[in-house]
Amino acid sequence: MTAHLINQISGVRLSVLNPVISGVCKLMDEEQRKYEQKRQHDQLVLDTCILAGTIMIESGSEMTRVNNTILRIARNAGLAKARVYVTVTGIIMSGGVSDVGAQVGSIDKRSFDLEKVAKVNELSRLFEAKQIDISDFYDQLIHIDDVVGTFPLWVQEIGAGIVSGALTVVFRNNIADFWITCLVGMAGWAVLYFLNIYVQIRFLSEFLAAAVVAALAIMSVQLGFGHQADDIIVGAMMPLVPGIPLTNAVRDALSGNLISGPARGIEALISACALGFGVAIALHFM
Amino acid sequence: MNPIEFFIIKCICVYLSGIGFGLIVNLPHKALNIAGFNALLGWLVYYVIINTWGGLGSSNFFGGLCIGVTSVIIARWKKMPSILFDVPGLVPLVPGGQAYNTIKSFAMGNYQAAFSYLSEVIWIAGSIALGFIVAELVNKIRIKVERDLRKLKRSRKSKI
Repeated sequence: MTAHLINQISGVRLSVLNPVISGVCKLMDEEQRKYEQKRQHDQLVLDTCILAGTIMIESGSEMTRVNNTILRIARNAGLAKARVYVTVTGIIMSGGVSDVGAQVGSIDKRSFDLEKVAKVNELSRLFEAKQIDISDFYDQLIHIDDVVGTFPLWVQEIGAGIVSGALTVVFRNNIADFWITCLVGMAGWAVLYFLNIYVQIRFLSEFLAAAVVAALAIMSVQLGFGHQADDIIVGAMMPLVPGIPLTNAVRDALSGNLISGPARGIEALISACALGFGVAIALHFM
Repeated sequence: MNPIEFFIIKCICVYLSGIGFGLIVNLPHKALNIAGFNALLGWLVYYVIINTWGGLGSSNFFGGLCIGVTSVIIARWKKMPSILFDVPGLVPLVPGGQAYNTIKSFAMGNYQAAFSYLSEVIWIAGSIALGFIVAELVNKIRIKVERDLRKLKRSRKSKI
């Protein structure tokens, strides 16, 4: 096509040089196409890396793992000089090649969904073993909510009930209050779940859930279902305790990530304070 | 109820609490059972130490250490991230009772008791975190030693 254009522009019919020109131009076209393809590929790799990192941080992974996963994906896709800067609220990544610029991904909400972390990890392993290619990878990440199943609410409720009842026995040696603690813990988890859907502030819903738990525990003792209000509250609060931010805070601070570690620590501290205030208010008013 | 029966019930409860927390944070189905056993292992270490020679600090330290080391081993074996196993594992070690007592004492205006409970909570949480730190160190050393051993074997083979 370029050869045709040159012929038209020059206006002179160089019939002898024609095959040479067309050959050179075909080569240039080929080069152009390859360059474009490479650029698109690099762009796709960057998008995949950012998306994978975003999903992992949103689901509660630690920063070292995010960093390693992103760099591994980039290296396996041919971007050996990729660099990445990960914090709890955002990712900045550059490909190390001049054709594609740096990319920024922002992270606004954080929840706990460890199966997504496991899934991204598994996908990156598959990509490393060359069982899927980069566009497959990207597709699966885009549709991760369909690929990874969440436990339905009733299973989560059972989980919350088991944690509450079992930990009353473990912490307080109180077997008699097992069942009522299960029920109170389930109620507390249900409050947290629905408030998280309707109120977007996590700390507020934790506060209210804690207040509900403490109030229900004291009421159940007053009505004669339970024996020790303190033990019921201790057990039923356990599903609400911020376990993942706490462990991640320690890990991030340890690995030298001085921005994410303290940030997570603050998150866990505010959660704990919200729970404490909830219980304190219920204790005052009941 | 005799103490052995009670101990067995407690063990079952610890296992169940690991699984229950796994259900809340949406662990993969394959990891649930092992996460429960990991929690049981860490708690057993804690329980044995606190009932024989240790105090609050050392028992929680060794519990955290055990969970940190085993969860990395399990993670390599199952090819899953290690965070899947240590988050449910730490649940039975959390100082829930003391934390509640702190809050209750504060709410009732009993500040002296509140501060003593609070220092206990900080002490326990610090020991668990320290256990985790040492576990990380142990894992790094273990991986390095394994790699060096492999290198050594290879070099010996090539010499022969």
